Amino acid sequence: MPSTSKRNGGVDSRPAHSVEPQTPPPRRGLVRWISPAVLNLERVYEQNRQRVQKKDGGKAPAGQSPVPQTKGKPRLLLMGQRRSGKSSISSVVFHKLPPQETLFLESTARIQKDSLNSFMDFQVWDFPGQIDIFDNPNFTFDMDAIFGEIGALIWVIDAQDDYLEAVARLNNTILHLQRGYPHINIEVFIHKVDGLSDDYKLDIQRDVTIRIQDELSDQGVENAPVNFHLTSIYNHSIFEAFSKVIQKLIPRLGQLEAMLTNLCRTCRFEKAYLFDVNTKIYIATDNTPEDMASYEICSDYVDVIIDFTEVYGSWKRPDEWRDKVEAAPWKQGIESQIACEWAESGMVLADQQRPIMLREVDRFLALVAIMKEGSYDKMPQVNMNVDVVVKGLIEFFEITKTKATPGVVVGALAGDGGGE
Amino acid sequence: MSDPDSTSASTPVPAGGDGGTSAQVQAQAAQLKKVKKQKVLLMGKSGSGKSSMRSIIFSNYLARDTRRLGATIDIDLSHVKFLGNLTLNLWDCGGQEAFMENYLSQQRAHVFSNVGVLIYVFDIESRDVERDLATYVNIISALVQYSREAKVFVLIHKMDLIQPMMREDVFESRAGVVRRKTAETIAMVRKQQPELTSPSGGSGGPMMMMGPGPGNYPHHPYHQNQHHPQQQSQNPPSAAPIPQLDTEMQLFATSIWDQSLYKAWASIIHDLVPNLSIIETQLASLGSAICADEILLFERTSFLVVSKWSSPHGDTNPYGDRFERMSNILKSWKHTCSKYTGTPRNAEQFSDFSYKMGANFSMFVTKFTTNTYILVCMPPGEARFNSAKLNVAAARPWFRFLDGPVIAPSSMASPSVGGTNAEQGNGNGGE
Repeated sequence: MPSTSKRNGGVDSRPAHSVEPQTPPPRRGLVRWISPAVLNLERVYEQNRQRVQKKDGGKAPAGQSPVPQTKGKPRLLLMGQRRSGKSSISSVVFHKLPPQETLFLESTARIQKDSLNSFMDFQVWDFPGQIDIFDNPNFTFDMDAIFGEIGALIWVIDAQDDYLEAVARLNNTILHLQRGYPHINIEVFIHKVDGLSDDYKLDIQRDVTIRIQDELSDQGVENAPVNFHLTSIYNHSIFEAFSKVIQKLIPRLGQLEAMLTNLCRTCRFEKAYLFDVNTKIYIATDNTPEDMASYEICSDYVDVIIDFTEVYGSWKRPDEWRDKVEAAPWKQGIESQIACEWAESGMVLADQQRPIMLREVDRFLALVAIMKEGSYDKMPQVNMNVDVVVKGLIEFFEITKTKATPGVVVGALAGDGGGE
Repeated sequence: MSDPDSTSASTPVPAGGDGGTSAQVQAQAAQLKKVKKQKVLLMGKSGSGKSSMRSIIFSNYLARDTRRLGATIDIDLSHVKFLGNLTLNLWDCGGQEAFMENYLSQQRAHVFSNVGVLIYVFDIESRDVERDLATYVNIISALVQYSREAKVFVLIHKMDLIQPMMREDVFESRAGVVRRKTAETIAMVRKQQPELTSPSGGSGGPMMMMGPGPGNYPHHPYHQNQHHPQQQSQNPPSAAPIPQLDTEMQLFATSIWDQSLYKAWASIIHDLVPNLSIIETQLASLGSAICADEILLFERTSFLVVSKWSSPHGDTNPYGDRFERMSNILKSWKHTCSKYTGTPRNAEQFSDFSYKMGANFSMFVTKFTTNTYILVCMPPGEARFNSAKLNVAAARPWFRFLDGPVIAPSSMASPSVGGTNAEQGNGNGGE
């Protein structure tokens, strides 16, 4: 059951995304042409919406504390030059669009807002690249509305293009943000690096980093929270980068990591990840060094499980089926025949007999771990340990959720109702 | 369920056909022992994706790796071993026009005789549909001429380039055109054939000399003689022969980027697999013994579905495309594993997979015989799950014939069928 609604939730979120401009003005060439009036209308509409949200969320004292604001939904802002791949990123990561189909995406004309119901509800705002919100004499954006409740700003740079202008704009943005909203994490995605050689990738990253650091120190800004990631939608790097971005927004991440580390030690796991199943972002891992390969296999394993669940688990069996299953030799309700009401899976790799295990934590989260070779025999003990940790995790999320954001819990419940 | 009777009934009855059980068992054993070879022609215009799909299905390429493939020059011959007792002689025919003309003229008999299956690939994005169809018509008439029994599979390929909403319409309209052309061609060849046949049946008249070339000459009478009686018997009931080959033809919309390719290839393979009826009966009895909802049998390297069985409940699953989806999922999982472990893609990547989805269903995929994997989907419940795993392991010897002709016939034919029933009894008792 839980996975059904989870899956539905993923599918249901598509329409929300495709609620695009209600009255699309005529297109001219590649970029949609927007009249200032339309843009202004959109802005006014947005401000109104924002005001309503603020009213019931209570006033958020913007930019005071060093920790990210937990009131309302944390927000990820996607910005960058036009055609740098912002909409593609958000479609691939949050809407499961196959990467090759992003070719068909239209260019974004207004701010696209997606809200995601997951273990932590957050919003993704996709900004059109042709508008510079800091450098616009015609009309001003409500900065508080945009950056007031922020989680992170993601700046996308197309690595296969001339990125000087993008870097200049990014610098400008950082400077503005550092003045008004210093708590904002700035994450730079050096994007479209698939097909580039490793050396070249690192060269670009170094170049971009230096250009930004130099400019910032010239302006007297030191230690700005800027991080760089090399990404591409054609492999796992984009998910990995998002994982790191989102982990910074999780309250008490250290606690989570400690739990996983402990589990790894007791069960002799090589690596354990706590996945957000819908997006395949991992929200925590144990403290062993980062390892792209193990992330990839774990995330693909989640995919396999989702696919199997969709095919065999997402339709309602007829009542006779249930009767038959509960009949003669068993004479028990289904619930008492099973060991665990959540999804539970294991796979043995032929290579060195290394097992991988997966255990669903709740509707949104799953624990995936790679085990040491030959530990398949100990699976029952491992399962018991995992059970305990999963209980701990559930408790953890209960506590952090209710304390920090009562609004979020209500949202999750509402999402629950909608999903079923 | 499966008693020896039902199994023997489903095996091909030997030519003598006096119903003696021992004779049947021997015939069955002989049948199992024989390695079946099938000539499979893969044709279509240059750049339509023939080599790409072949590499994905049989050489474990990823879809994006196929960019590396260059144009096929002339005919790329490969032997694919499938399930131990079937060998596919895959003729990947380069599609450039010069080659095509060559196949149709000088190499006509060489290419088109003894064909088991023709797979013709159309590129949906092709600019010159008329020309494609003209080539196709030539190929079909050559095929009808030399290998009358060949099955024809037409794949309308690169469907991913069409927008999802329009795919069905585009496919249907193209499929309609191909069907019509095929029927027309066959009708035309049939019409010409009697004129050609009567002189050759008589004294090898001058008509034959006008055939495609002197090298082909010996083949003509042979094939025509072979098909002559069949044709005679079919011709009298008016236009009966025209739909006859038409039904043998199957059309598929395919793309290397989704599971549609597996659907097409699974149906191509399905008819070629020897002893299919035995596999099916035995899968069915295994399935009902372990109370499964669904059982799929996959070939080891290609992960094509060899055979499947669904219980009446399992059959109500609304996902009609689940079989090819499973192939696709498991195959891409295999790629992930090979990337992680650093072992070659063709190597075996996982040995066992189990998944219990709470009170919803349980399933496992496990190594079955040397050449196959088995997927079992079943109702939830720990006891049921564990006993099913044991029973599947116990049923392995029952399917050993899938691994090829090396096994002595006595060890597998009818005794094992009886034996497994006993095993099932044991297994059920243990629960």
